[in-house]
Amino acid sequence: MMEKMIFGRYIPGDSFVHRLDPRSKLVFVFAFILVVFLANNIVTYAFLLAFTLLVILMSRIRLYFLINGLKPVMILLVFTFLIHILFTREGDIVFELGFFKVYEEGLRQGIFISIRFLVLVFMTSILTLTTSPISITDGIEVLLNPLKKVKMPVHELALMMSIALRFIPTLMDETDKIMKAQMARGSDLSAGPIKERVKAVVPLLVPLFVSAFKRAEDLATAMEVRGYRGGEGRTRYRQLKWDWRDTISLVALVVMTALLVFYRN
Amino acid sequence: MTEILSFNQVSFSYTPDSPEHRKAVQNVSFSINEGEWIAIVGHNGSGKSTMVKLVSGLLFPQEGEIRVMRNVLTEENLWETRSNIGMVFQNPDNQFVGATVQDDVAFALENSGVPYKEMVERVHASLAQVKMDKFLNHEPHHLSGGQKQRVAIAGALAMRPKLLILDEATSMLDPQGREEVLKTVRALREETGLTVLSITHDVEEALFADRVLFMNDGKKYAEGTPSEIFALGDKLVEFGLELPFAMRMTKLFQENGVLLAGQHMTEEELVNDLWASNFNK
Repeated sequence: MMEKMIFGRYIPGDSFVHRLDPRSKLVFVFAFILVVFLANNIVTYAFLLAFTLLVILMSRIRLYFLINGLKPVMILLVFTFLIHILFTREGDIVFELGFFKVYEEGLRQGIFISIRFLVLVFMTSILTLTTSPISITDGIEVLLNPLKKVKMPVHELALMMSIALRFIPTLMDETDKIMKAQMARGSDLSAGPIKERVKAVVPLLVPLFVSAFKRAEDLATAMEVRGYRGGEGRTRYRQLKWDWRDTISLVALVVMTALLVFYRN
Repeated sequence: MTEILSFNQVSFSYTPDSPEHRKAVQNVSFSINEGEWIAIVGHNGSGKSTMVKLVSGLLFPQEGEIRVMRNVLTEENLWETRSNIGMVFQNPDNQFVGATVQDDVAFALENSGVPYKEMVERVHASLAQVKMDKFLNHEPHHLSGGQKQRVAIAGALAMRPKLLILDEATSMLDPQGREEVLKTVRALREETGLTVLSITHDVEEALFADRVLFMNDGKKYAEGTPSEIFALGDKLVEFGLELPFAMRMTKLFQENGVLLAGQHMTEEELVNDLWASNFNK
């Protein structure tokens, strides 16, 4: 099940989108989320859909893979579509079957909302699929830098995030080990009523927490000995490079926005 | 010879207010000169780890003084001192800060504000020294324990330290990983003449040292070359240490009436003597 899930997963690659600077990607996606709400007729929604397909094409991530990985989200999409069809009662009746009536406005709204939803999910997935978590962290750190003026600990937050990301696989392994150790002692995590199963999780969490704290302490010592003194006077090993690709993609977004403003009702 | 590190009558207690408790480190004196490999051995609770914390300035002694590069270690020069000391800890996972191998090696460099260009050079050079240069972009969970420890060594080397401290660095590794790490340290010493202080309870590791410090109950029990220390034989066993494998074999041979010339530190010496003992019959 985890294999198919692509939420928050990173797929290494060398496409145009992969090579973009995380800063431009982040700005692009956040701006795009706002721009989506400008669309309000067939032409503008068609623009949005075409634009998203173009981005997917450029990221060289197969559309089938994307749709297959986002199945749980698709169910939600179908659900909202049906709600719109059933409950919006405006315009002419397009289709009638006994007391079940589909109105024109309902169909229109349903399709529009679905496209909006689809486009948003695709874009944000493309962001996480083509950017490694650590680059996203770097991007966020640089973009939040101005907030340092209002005493926001930007560097510390970014470091915390990157360490958390780095320890996810380590703690996953650990969980697996503890689970096996408890199973070897006769604890059954997969059967019985829900109450029993929740109870069985406790002997799993306690050792995990204990060891996580131990790790944190060791890590703090190691960091201190290696000269960590907070963000001041620190240089960066991972450099972000803004190049023509980034400028082009932001220009493309601006053009897109202009088109939407021009063609919307 | 330049002195790198010295302890002068150092004592430390975790509970200074209650003198009835035994001090963790009592009146310890020793010094390390440039290019030496010193091993500190002792069982659990002998004060080894406390000594490491004292050297790295995580703790400060209540009595006596510690000199690093001839300067007395104080809170003021702490950070400067730390940049002269590279440390590798016991758990390979818990000291890996970066998301990838190269990020981790660069961590200490970032902390001391080394410019980007120089950082890249140093990271590549020190990874080449531990033969991990093909793993630049690997994530820690795709590396073996031995590889992670070699990355940790590279991270220390990048700072061009005067002293490399291995704090039980091989104790969580499998035999292969242990051999890997020790081989790396030996090669480094041959190439660069690096000064090494290793804290260990693995006697085979201590055999490579120039001098061995034998700690018991917070006191320095003995100091000498590995052969001098292991000649103590039963005394070591009494204090909870094992003898090197070859020495144990020699003892068993002698008990069973095989005539052997004497103590053997390595398996090779033992095998050679076994050949000869058959000729002597």
